[in-house]
Amino acid sequence: MADIRLDHVGKTYAGGFEAVRDLSLTVPDGCFCVLVGPSGCGKSTLLRMVAGLETITTGTVSLNAQVVNHLEPAQRDIAMVFQNYALYPHMRVYDNMAYGLRNRGVPEAEIASRVAHAAQILDLEDLLTRKPRALSGGQRQRVAMGRAIVRKPQVFLFDEPLSNLDAKLRVHMRVEIRKLQKALGVTSLYVTHDQTEAMTMADLLVVMNKGVIEQIGAPMEIYRTPMSVFVATFIGSPPMNILEATSLGDGVVSIEGHRLLIDQALSLPAGHKVKIGIRPEHLSVQADGFTIHVELVESLGAHQIIHATWGQQKLAMQVETDRVPAQSGQALVVGCAPQHLHVFDAQTGQRLLRDNAS
Amino acid sequence: MDKRVFFPSKTVPLLLLLPQLVITLVFFYWPAVQAVVMSFQMEDAFGTTSEFVGFENYTAVFTDPFYYRAMGVTAVFSTAVAFLSLSLSLLLAVMADRDIKGAGLYRTLLIWPYAVAPAIAGVLWYFMFQPSLGLFARMLRDWGIDWNPLLNGDHAMILVVMAATWKQISYNFLFFLAGLQAIPKSLIEAAAIDGARPFRRFWTIVFPLLSPTTFFLFVVNIVYVFFDTFGIIDAVTGGGPAKTTTTLVFKVYADGRLGGDLGGSAAQSVVLMVMVIALTAIQFRFIERKVSY
Ligand SMILES: Nc1ncnc2c1ncn2[C@@H]1O[C@H](COP(=O)(O)OP(=O)(O)OP(=O)(O)O)[C@@H](O)[C@H]1O
Ligand SMILES: [Mg+2]
Repeated sequence: MADIRLDHVGKTYAGGFEAVRDLSLTVPDGCFCVLVGPSGCGKSTLLRMVAGLETITTGTVSLNAQVVNHLEPAQRDIAMVFQNYALYPHMRVYDNMAYGLRNRGVPEAEIASRVAHAAQILDLEDLLTRKPRALSGGQRQRVAMGRAIVRKPQVFLFDEPLSNLDAKLRVHMRVEIRKLQKALGVTSLYVTHDQTEAMTMADLLVVMNKGVIEQIGAPMEIYRTPMSVFVATFIGSPPMNILEATSLGDGVVSIEGHRLLIDQALSLPAGHKVKIGIRPEHLSVQADGFTIHVELVESLGAHQIIHATWGQQKLAMQVETDRVPAQSGQALVVGCAPQHLHVFDAQTGQRLLRDNAS
Repeated sequence: MDKRVFFPSKTVPLLLLLPQLVITLVFFYWPAVQAVVMSFQMEDAFGTTSEFVGFENYTAVFTDPFYYRAMGVTAVFSTAVAFLSLSLSLLLAVMADRDIKGAGLYRTLLIWPYAVAPAIAGVLWYFMFQPSLGLFARMLRDWGIDWNPLLNGDHAMILVVMAATWKQISYNFLFFLAGLQAIPKSLIEAAAIDGARPFRRFWTIVFPLLSPTTFFLFVVNIVYVFFDTFGIIDAVTGGGPAKTTTTLVFKVYADGRLGGDLGGSAAQSVVLMVMVIALTAIQFRFIERKVSY
């Protein structure tokens, strides 16, 4: 087992494009760390630098306190699960899993027992003699997992391993992967652009944007206290409402002419532009609040999402079905508890109040 | 996936196929049928009349000791050319497939030889290795090798093999390069993580995945050396010295075109045709089984 340490890591591609910039991160031993961010933010690049598939332009990558910058992928004792699984099409499932062990000169008897064990864990026992093209997407995914675990590596790397599966299988597999990783205790780095996957799977969540880390923390910590507008809107579904507001001083802001008390501690000069973040699930119908106009109601079964306008601004609200019999065109008076309000600087997008009461 | 298109009547598909069918019939089957007809006939000395002679031409072919020599020559020639052109072009394609500076130029340069006509290629090689004038011939002489393809049969064979291989490398290179580029990069990366060094990656991943391409090229190359090399042989050695480079197809050409024995030449080409058909059929039946994955 090992910890992963990135010190001021940067990657500039041959064309001069800087995909990752001065990035530092420590993943403790046994931790399941999820890298999440929009497409093109450098997640795969980072993962591939840890794997040794991409050269590191600046900084150092260490596994188990050993700098691995100049080691070949094979020497780093890692296993990687690719988005397209990268199964060897001309080899049977058994040989796919045995390949890495054979390359390392493990005796055939040992290989057979390790593959059998992995096949049993992953429910692949009946598929061992098939070729990859005769497998379903979910089965291929499991073979790719099997190929990673038979090697008993120090570190697992996953690059969007579930994105080719249908929604139901994805939910199932993310639970399976998490269970497996807990049981094996292998330090893992997992890349995804799906915030639900990120929230549900991570011990440690890393939100990336344009080659840098926006925020690192436990999933719930990031959910409760997003440090920037970017993180606030990226984590959480449906995304947080961001409303344009102006400070009136004394911790009071004005949105669409409505006075909203945030916190006395918020010391901003009057006239300062801010952004107020409210999660859709924190809005509720109240006697004393502001008036919104319903545009559309989406029903998700247990919940419904009400899309509405507040003056010139749009916002969404998530309520339990039947709690609010909303219809489009209708006006609702809603409100939000002050501890659920997030305040960001309109200019920099950074959070202004360090932490919320809740 | 089912890609079939359904037509309401049979006339439209037939009309669409017609140009292709006409070309195939006129340029492939008609000459073939002509060859078969001619192989049963013998022409008089002036080429004005011909008479039906049954299997006489075939008997003559199979009792001619030179015919068996030509078979031996063809076996050596085709094995050497197929092996060399496939392995060299695979090597070149593997090198061109890497992300290196100037890869585009390198690829273009490698494709050029294919645009050179066989006879020109033959003449080039002839001059380079011509004992008294050729640049390379002199170099060999300086190294103490008594190089003389005009007198030494082995030297002549080496020369035609080189010329024919050189001509075919571009074609094979193109297909190998396309085949290599069709192999997903992530497979190679997965193998690298799985601890396979480059040489082992090539033999356990790349080469097996290329096998459909290799098989296809093998068939094409065999047909090439059997049928398509007489231009090169004619230009380089003219089949000599002492018929040491006279392959079956060159003998067809030499006997028919130069020797004027149309009937005998036709009989030989029919035999050659049957051999290539049989060879290809055997290749498809027995080798194809091993290359599918
Ligand atoms: N080989 C390369 N040469 C130049 N630029 C590259 C190369 N590979 C990736 N990039 C660029 O680097 C940036 C980061 O790419 P990367 O693949 O890491 O994104 P990602 O976060 O994994 O995105 P996705 O979620 O779409 O997979 C992108 O803007 C991409 O265009
Ligand atoms: Mg990616």
